[in-house]
Amino acid sequence: MNESLHVSSQFDEDLSRLRTHVLQMGGLVETQVSSAIDAYTTGEVTNVKTIVETDRKVNELEKAIDNDCAHIIAMRQPAASDLRLVFGISKIVTDLERTGDEAKKIAKGVRRIYEAGHTPSQYGVGVRHLADAALNMVRQSLDAFARLDAGLSLNVIRADDAVDVEFKSIIRQLITHMMEDPRTITVSMDIISIARAIERIGDHAKNISEQVIFVVEGRDIRHNKEAIK
Amino acid sequence: MQTHDQPTLKAEARNFNFFYGEAQALKNINMPIYDKKVTALIGPSGCGKSTYLRSFNRMHDLYPGNRYEGEIRFFPDNTNLLSPEVDPIEVRMRVGMVFQKPNPFPKTIFENVAYGLRVRGENNKRMLDDKVEHALRGAAIWDEVKDRLQDLAPNLSGGQQQRLCIARALATDPELLLFDEPTSALDPIATGAIEELVHELKKRVTILIVTHNMQQAARVSDYTAYMYLGEMIEFGKTDEIFIKPKEKRTEDYITGRMG
Repeated sequence: MNESLHVSSQFDEDLSRLRTHVLQMGGLVETQVSSAIDAYTTGEVTNVKTIVETDRKVNELEKAIDNDCAHIIAMRQPAASDLRLVFGISKIVTDLERTGDEAKKIAKGVRRIYEAGHTPSQYGVGVRHLADAALNMVRQSLDAFARLDAGLSLNVIRADDAVDVEFKSIIRQLITHMMEDPRTITVSMDIISIARAIERIGDHAKNISEQVIFVVEGRDIRHNKEAIK
Repeated sequence: MQTHDQPTLKAEARNFNFFYGEAQALKNINMPIYDKKVTALIGPSGCGKSTYLRSFNRMHDLYPGNRYEGEIRFFPDNTNLLSPEVDPIEVRMRVGMVFQKPNPFPKTIFENVAYGLRVRGENNKRMLDDKVEHALRGAAIWDEVKDRLQDLAPNLSGGQQQRLCIARALATDPELLLFDEPTSALDPIATGAIEELVHELKKRVTILIVTHNMQQAARVSDYTAYMYLGEMIEFGKTDEIFIKPKEKRTEDYITGRMG
């Protein structure tokens, strides 16, 4: 990444403000995800409310950042690394916003399960582990963006395969439960939707990491298994 | 979009050096010019891009003390444009030029375009009429001037004058057109018209353009060369130069950073 200053200091300020806002949004989303996972374990319904409220802030930030990107493109006509940064950020915020939505789905699922008088961890063995792996991906993808670290991004992308495998094994296990005891169907369906949301969070972290690699190296490695070996 | 067909060469600079007296203005330039493509030369003021452009039609011959070294090969005949045996007037028939400020002759619109043909000895009225119309159409100005071909060219608007100069350059059917900042004196609409024209022209002629407007280079060119202090720093497809340049110096220039 190019660290030299622009002739226009205003342009430097615009770009640096843009990055700060993305990191701020990333921080909120990361908190949403980790609170949703905590709620899963503890059943703290107050957490659920906060997660839903945070989502509003995340949505506002997404709109503000996209607006800033459009402004920079119109006013500055960025090229090369600047162009990649602005373009990448505009995609990254979409994935961040969706990550927040998934956290909200987890929180609402958790609330339904507890309100029905169940404890989710009884049924979804392995969900907590899956969630930790996905949260770790989110954290690392944000670190990689903050430091513009393509190597770390590559690690996140590689980690996604393990999350996908684990997700499938949880689904198989829940299907077995439901067949053995149809009374568990309602709660199992909720846990499946939670597990799917977690798996999607991993996908979004992967997408963010792919964008970071584009920003740093100008390589588009999406849908290219060879590029991540 | 990536295309894999290898373009053919129209010209190529090989170990090309240029001196204004003692001062070396261009240092060991090696660069291809692809046939029926637009190549943009960018770089800060004084980097040598105009000097380089002008070498292609031997403009420097007009002043004493200027010296070329190396070759600029012109294809398909593989002529060295710089060779003393090659007549600069002949070169200028094959390599047309359009300047920064429109410079029509103080003559009629018709005579401006017919000028090069007359120099070449063409006096057949019918032939001249045909060629002038063809050139004016090629420069997208025919509809605006067809009813006033006998008006004085300097009475046209700036944008029209520039298109007239392009028509004048086209009249001799050049194989290569040189543009030296052709839109820097024009408003955005007239600039848009010239850029559109460049896009049309490359169906029939190879174009080399010097521009200070980086967005213009990105819009009109297929290839871009970045020059600095008389050296060719980077040459590549325009897409690649503007999205992922290889050289940090290119990157710094096109993103507006201090070196």
